[in-house]
Amino acid sequence: MSLTLWNSRFSVTLVRQQATMFMSSSTKTIAANSLHYTFNNNFQPQQHQIQNQQQRRYSTTIMKPINTALPDKGARRTSQSGNRNPGKTLPQGRNSLESSTSDSGINVPPFNHPHCDRQAMYQQPVRKVKPLRGNYDYDLVVIGGGSGGLSCAKEAVAHGARVACLDFVKPTPIGTKWGVGGTCVNVGCIPKKLMHQASLLGEAVHEAAAYGWNVDDKIKPDWNKLVSSVQNHIKSVNWVTRVDLRDKKVEYINGLGSFVDPHTLSAKLKSGDRTITAQTFVIAVGGRPRYPNIPGAVEYGITSDDLFSLDREPGKTLVVGAGYIGLECAGFLKGLGYEPTVMVRSIVLRGFDQQMANLVAASMEERGIPFLRKTVPLSVEKQSDGRLLVKYENTETGEIDSDVFDTVLWAIGRKGLVEDLNLHNAGVLTHKDKIQVDCEETTNVPHIYAVGDIIYGKPELTPVAVLAGRLLARRLYADSDLRMDYADVATTVFTPLEYACVGLSEEDAVKTYGAEEIEVFHGYYKPTEFFIPQKSVRYCYVKAVAQRSGEQRVYGLHYLGPVAGEVIQGFAAALKSGLTIPTLMNTVGIHPTTAEEFTRLSITKRSGLDPTPASCCS
Amino acid sequence: MLMFKALRNSRLPRSVLLLRFASSATTTSNCKYDYDLVVLGGGSGGLACAKEAVEYGAHVLCFDFVKPTPAGTKWGVGGTCVNVGCIPKKLMHQASLLGEAVHEAVAYGWNVNDQNIKPDWKKLVKSVQDHIKSVNWVTRVDLRDKKVEYVNSIGRFVDPHTIEYIQKQGERKQLTAKYVVVAVGGRPRYPSIPGATEFGITSDDIFSYEKEPGRTLVVGAGYVGLECACFLKGLGYDPTVMVRSIVLRGFDRQMSEFLAAMMLERGIRFLNTTIPLAVERRADGKLLVKYQNTTTKTDGSDVFDTVLWAIGRKGLTEDLNLGAAGVQTYNDKIIVDHTEATNVPHIFAVGDIIYGRPELTPVAILSGRLLARRLFAGSTQLMDYTDVATTVFTPLEYSCVGMSEEMAIEKMGAENIEVFHAYYKPTEFFIPQKSVRHCYLKAVAEVSGDQKILGLHYIGPVAGEVIQGFAAALKSGLTVKTLLNTVGIHPTTAEEFTRLSITKRSGRDPTPASCCS
Repeated sequence: MSLTLWNSRFSVTLVRQQATMFMSSSTKTIAANSLHYTFNNNFQPQQHQIQNQQQRRYSTTIMKPINTALPDKGARRTSQSGNRNPGKTLPQGRNSLESSTSDSGINVPPFNHPHCDRQAMYQQPVRKVKPLRGNYDYDLVVIGGGSGGLSCAKEAVAHGARVACLDFVKPTPIGTKWGVGGTCVNVGCIPKKLMHQASLLGEAVHEAAAYGWNVDDKIKPDWNKLVSSVQNHIKSVNWVTRVDLRDKKVEYINGLGSFVDPHTLSAKLKSGDRTITAQTFVIAVGGRPRYPNIPGAVEYGITSDDLFSLDREPGKTLVVGAGYIGLECAGFLKGLGYEPTVMVRSIVLRGFDQQMANLVAASMEERGIPFLRKTVPLSVEKQSDGRLLVKYENTETGEIDSDVFDTVLWAIGRKGLVEDLNLHNAGVLTHKDKIQVDCEETTNVPHIYAVGDIIYGKPELTPVAVLAGRLLARRLYADSDLRMDYADVATTVFTPLEYACVGLSEEDAVKTYGAEEIEVFHGYYKPTEFFIPQKSVRYCYVKAVAQRSGEQRVYGLHYLGPVAGEVIQGFAAALKSGLTIPTLMNTVGIHPTTAEEFTRLSITKRSGLDPTPASCCS
Repeated sequence: MLMFKALRNSRLPRSVLLLRFASSATTTSNCKYDYDLVVLGGGSGGLACAKEAVEYGAHVLCFDFVKPTPAGTKWGVGGTCVNVGCIPKKLMHQASLLGEAVHEAVAYGWNVNDQNIKPDWKKLVKSVQDHIKSVNWVTRVDLRDKKVEYVNSIGRFVDPHTIEYIQKQGERKQLTAKYVVVAVGGRPRYPSIPGATEFGITSDDIFSYEKEPGRTLVVGAGYVGLECACFLKGLGYDPTVMVRSIVLRGFDRQMSEFLAAMMLERGIRFLNTTIPLAVERRADGKLLVKYQNTTTKTDGSDVFDTVLWAIGRKGLTEDLNLGAAGVQTYNDKIIVDHTEATNVPHIFAVGDIIYGRPELTPVAILSGRLLARRLFAGSTQLMDYTDVATTVFTPLEYSCVGMSEEMAIEKMGAENIEVFHAYYKPTEFFIPQKSVRHCYLKAVAEVSGDQKILGLHYIGPVAGEVIQGFAAALKSGLTVKTLLNTVGIHPTTAEEFTRLSITKRSGRDPTPASCCS
């Protein structure tokens, strides 16, 4: 990694960062003012009910008797007076040591969590943790230096807290490790989007030829060059992150933290163990990919943690799992000219709208990616030629089959990294490998919070973690009372034809409101740019799920096509602003774009009419 | 048929549904005229209006005729957008972006030879024209299917209800209509200087130009001029933009200047405060253009292969004999009220021919369609011309919706608006080391209360795709509060709107510090 590259790209940034730092006191007021949230009273009672139901969808999981609704004032007073006695800060009436597996044996009473009701949620007072400079090493220790942890740490410092952030990456079974910044920067969104872009650019070369450019489109990617470009970019981001932390006076500790007691952490550093005490903790350790429990899985398989820095071409690759990570990896591998196969246990893109999910899968099959459906892997063996023999079983037919691959990539899900935290020492309850929090991201222990992928039952997305972490820090140290709203979070699956959505899937809308009460508008469309290179438009499709009567509120929007993330983002803001079907249809399109197709929706599924477009520009 | 209609209508609020049935019974009963509706002009607005009217049972005829350009270019049905506007423009733009993509592909590790890549202009033009012809054909079929009568001729008013036209065989014919919609659109202007018409071309010609444009002088810095200059540059030609006064008049000044700076960075030359004086053809076939800098009063000249006029467009009122119908014009445009009615109550106008409204295809389409619904389906819904989003397809595209900063200051007062702004760095730009200098966005909002957003502006990749959703959000009453509470989609460029936090008033540096936290 050459320093000149860094200089050229980032020196300007650095100077500006310094400048920003000195101005940061003014940020506080502006940001706090602009973000001061009052509940939008425009909702009629009727909609408010809807809102309730919609909220419930996101919070079905928080039904346990977590006694955090009221803060333990006694404990807080104790710490305020500087008499640090961790034992006394434990929640009353709870044996902290019994609780690491929380769901067993607890009688679950009906629990109307505040997060179920947006209005009630915002009416509740926000707990304040004001006592800074107490008798602890730090006001706040953030465990985990990923998107959520870092945003929380940096925001807390901006509001005057003394903050340390622990970050440690355990190497993968094949030895991959990385720097600060967490999943997104190192082994998630960023390298994924870059590989996706590389694969789209390969396609673009072919399209360029169709548009008349004299390029030889018999092309191959240089995997090593791509990996090194991607890794160089990541390293530069790591570096910028480190500088940013230093500038903002967040103490960065490259060590694995585990709780000794509710206010004390032991950090394993290269130089030995270090004990750290803090008034408040934020757990933001995130997750890592799972391995299946079959012979050869860990020895021979890799995960998304390894793929973006793999030192050899992936070649013929078996991608096990059809969640968004699996599909995205298979998509860009195909685009780069490798031969991915996707193994699907049950359904593709669980949790997403299934019509859209199946269209995504079909669009991938059309591009020549085979899907092994209803299939589970049984074992992975290494052949003498170094290739991997994978045995698998069709769970419907019971048929056992096998195939040989160069690479096996597990994308069967991710688990939260609670193991190393010794959470029972702090009395924090877990749910499987995740941590449950209330609407203020508080765990069952009032001074311990969690944000990001480690939270149970919330979208595992970088911007969610970033915003939740930032808002948490503002509530803790800046008198803010704004809580994170996890509803209507837009997301994108970066498959070759991208899929983006915001709000409810059709199934969820039917489940929530009943099939009779919703109207689904849909349309196939033909991107103008697709004609000349004769790209397939078969799966270019949009739909809007809406209230059938009344003001026809839009519940969900779904889009399959180019630059889906860019298309949906604005509509996510529209949904949050109360978008209705009449408003959507009265929004003038931008011609020629694909996003304008949303404004042209007119055919309902109920009508049975053909949703294929007839004309272009009239 | 009734069943079909009921199904179609099921998407609409019940009130509208009832109104539709009530009115469609009354409209066709009028037999005094040959047609319920005659539409003059088969472009986006006219066709949308005609097709929608037929849906509600009206008897409709549509005139369409294209006068060849001085260079002899002509085209089929569908109007400016399909033939010499948005569609070929976007395709040429795409071709130019794909040339860039080839170079980027190399940076991403593809073993493509990007040295000296050149476009095949003829192949590109043929591809574009083939696509246009297929759209023309689909349009014709669509009109036939929907039973809109189509006449390939110019319709002229004889009296307020009578239109005269010349048939293919040269025979004069007249017909009468209850309602007339004028949707004749506009065509590019030529400057009145020697050689302008003889040697210059316009956007009407460029997309089917049979020879490579080569070194091109683009006169005019409106969006048509800038877009043409940019795709020509992207395709490897050598455009120069001649600017009389300012670039992108009517758009946000700051964003417009950014766009010009971005073009300069890409090597497009600008002749500022300069007007052309004459165009002469030299013996070698090249064009000698004489011009004057109006600031320094110095004359200059240069030699070009092509001169493209992009100095504005004029409405095609001339051939309509509007005087016979009593329709008043304003310069070359027609003034309409909020129902798109001219001063003659049964004569309407939609699209680019209207004075003082955005000249955009989707505006024409929607207003044409809504007009047909009001005329023949009892609808009362009016076209809302506010907060119309638009995009300038330069290499880094510029898109906006709502007010420019100047307009907001003028309407609300500088102390009553807050402008949030930021530079940003698209993730994909790092590896090919593309310039991020002009990747910038801003939100113009009210300073107090929930901070209602008045305008959004974005320069960057796929700007149109980015802004469209925000246009719907603006129509839904987007506030800064809501915007900052909207969770981003990572990594996209559109998410930068949700990350806006720095106000111009604060004086802080709007350059981004970190990426993902």
